[in-house]
Amino acid sequence: MEFFNQLSPGWQLTIVAAIKVVGVMAVLLPMIAYSVMAERRVSALIQDRVGPNRVGPFGLLQPLADGLKSFLKEDYTPAHVHKFYYTLAPAIAMVPAFLTFAVIPFGSTLGGSEKMVIADLNVGILYTFGIVSLSVYGIVLAGYASNSKYPFLGGIRSSAQMISYEIAMGMAVIPVFMFVGSLNLSDIIQAQSGSLFDWMAFKSPMTFLSFFIFLVAVFAETNRHPFDMPECETELVAGYHSEYSSMRFALFFLGEYAAMIAGSALIVTVFFGGWTLPIAGLNLPAHSFLSGLLHIGIFIGKIAFFMLVMIWVRWMLPRFRYDQLMDLGWRRFLPLALANILATAIWLFAAN
Amino acid sequence: MIVNRNKLSLLERLYIPALWGGFKVTLKHFLNTLPFVGKKGPVTMQYPEQKWTVPEGYRGAPYLVKDQDDRTKCVSCQLCEFVCPPKAIRITPPGPEVNPEVGNVEKRPEQFEINMLRCIFCGYCQEVCPEEAIFLQQDYSLTGESREEMIYGIDKLLELGGTHNDRIQKWRKKKEEAEAQAAHGH
Repeated sequence: MEFFNQLSPGWQLTIVAAIKVVGVMAVLLPMIAYSVMAERRVSALIQDRVGPNRVGPFGLLQPLADGLKSFLKEDYTPAHVHKFYYTLAPAIAMVPAFLTFAVIPFGSTLGGSEKMVIADLNVGILYTFGIVSLSVYGIVLAGYASNSKYPFLGGIRSSAQMISYEIAMGMAVIPVFMFVGSLNLSDIIQAQSGSLFDWMAFKSPMTFLSFFIFLVAVFAETNRHPFDMPECETELVAGYHSEYSSMRFALFFLGEYAAMIAGSALIVTVFFGGWTLPIAGLNLPAHSFLSGLLHIGIFIGKIAFFMLVMIWVRWMLPRFRYDQLMDLGWRRFLPLALANILATAIWLFAAN
Repeated sequence: MIVNRNKLSLLERLYIPALWGGFKVTLKHFLNTLPFVGKKGPVTMQYPEQKWTVPEGYRGAPYLVKDQDDRTKCVSCQLCEFVCPPKAIRITPPGPEVNPEVGNVEKRPEQFEINMLRCIFCGYCQEVCPEEAIFLQQDYSLTGESREEMIYGIDKLLELGGTHNDRIQKWRKKKEEAEAQAAHGH
């Protein structure tokens, strides 16, 4: 500890941030693995099946087996691809999803004064939107580099889809910032820490509409059903990752699920009070190590709920047609989000 | 054919009924299949534990059969070996030799091998057999740890094949005739 105190503040910050990054990754990677598992089990139950139940007790070691399998498979590069971009694309698809977690407050404190967020940026949400829009490049690049028609179509679809919904997504959260008056995600959680009706989803009709548009946009951004145009098994074989195999394919998969978790984390942070829970004083920053852990647990629990929603919706709705998707994004949600901003402004003006 | 596209009501265009309908259906199936709680359970067969009972007349793996007197019915005519499309059968005939215990058929095979990795369960061997000595039976899932293990020899085939209830019992009659001739001293 003394050694730590002797270091310059810059080094201290670096070391603390590095510890947090390792901690977040140590939780995030198993979460990704087990959300794949959860997806398979829940899907199976909805389809009257059982799902993977062979590896370990209740099939709980299935993710390990899947990972091992990906490593052992042949990493095949087709002759007709652009090799450099082909190799680069899976990494680009995965990295933005992980970067999003840098600004998300995943807990209050662990008893001390250190906030449980890797980078407490005061433009946190802008950073998130900036990073999330990068994730489209992985897919577009994969589609382009594969040099084959189905991945190409998948890449084109995804670029159009993600760009359209990004706008609706950005517009949708503006009413929340109008209520809170800050772009910092920690402040947004602070503003929601009162009662259940301080949670942005329930605070007012406008913020509920924001939540709804944001939720749909997150589905579109993460390429989940009913908006999984870039993959679209029935039409495009596997879309942008048709030409990939082995660990490179697994990286796309990893990135997709990391993006889902990041999306859930964003929804939870912005609309559902982050790590707070309006009972038993859990809405205040923790004073002990254990309650700090409990806050992190609450946050993960809320994320798990939204992951379940995402998995569930996959079986509820048929896939949208491409033009319907575009129509919904540009002609329904964008005007709705803009009107929502205006309504919020009027509401706030009248309230004051 | 013309598919009428009915004008959707406002509620329908909001996707709300579709969402609710989808949720109801998925929830029903989810709760029905949920382990320990669900009433119906999964509709799929849990294969290695539960096995499919094959229907009557199913054509599975070909095995050799014995008659009621424990005779190997095969007479090494090698028609099945000849007709077998994937050449899965190999017969080693020993020539005429009679089993002293049951007064066996003529030309009992010394070795009769079916390579189950090659066999396509076509049933030509059963079709062509003049002695009704080989039948396609109920086994459909044969496993082994080596290629050698999957070549079934005569002993294994007879054991798996069991007894065929032969109504004509040609070889029993031949045995009785031979015994009668021996008794009259011809």
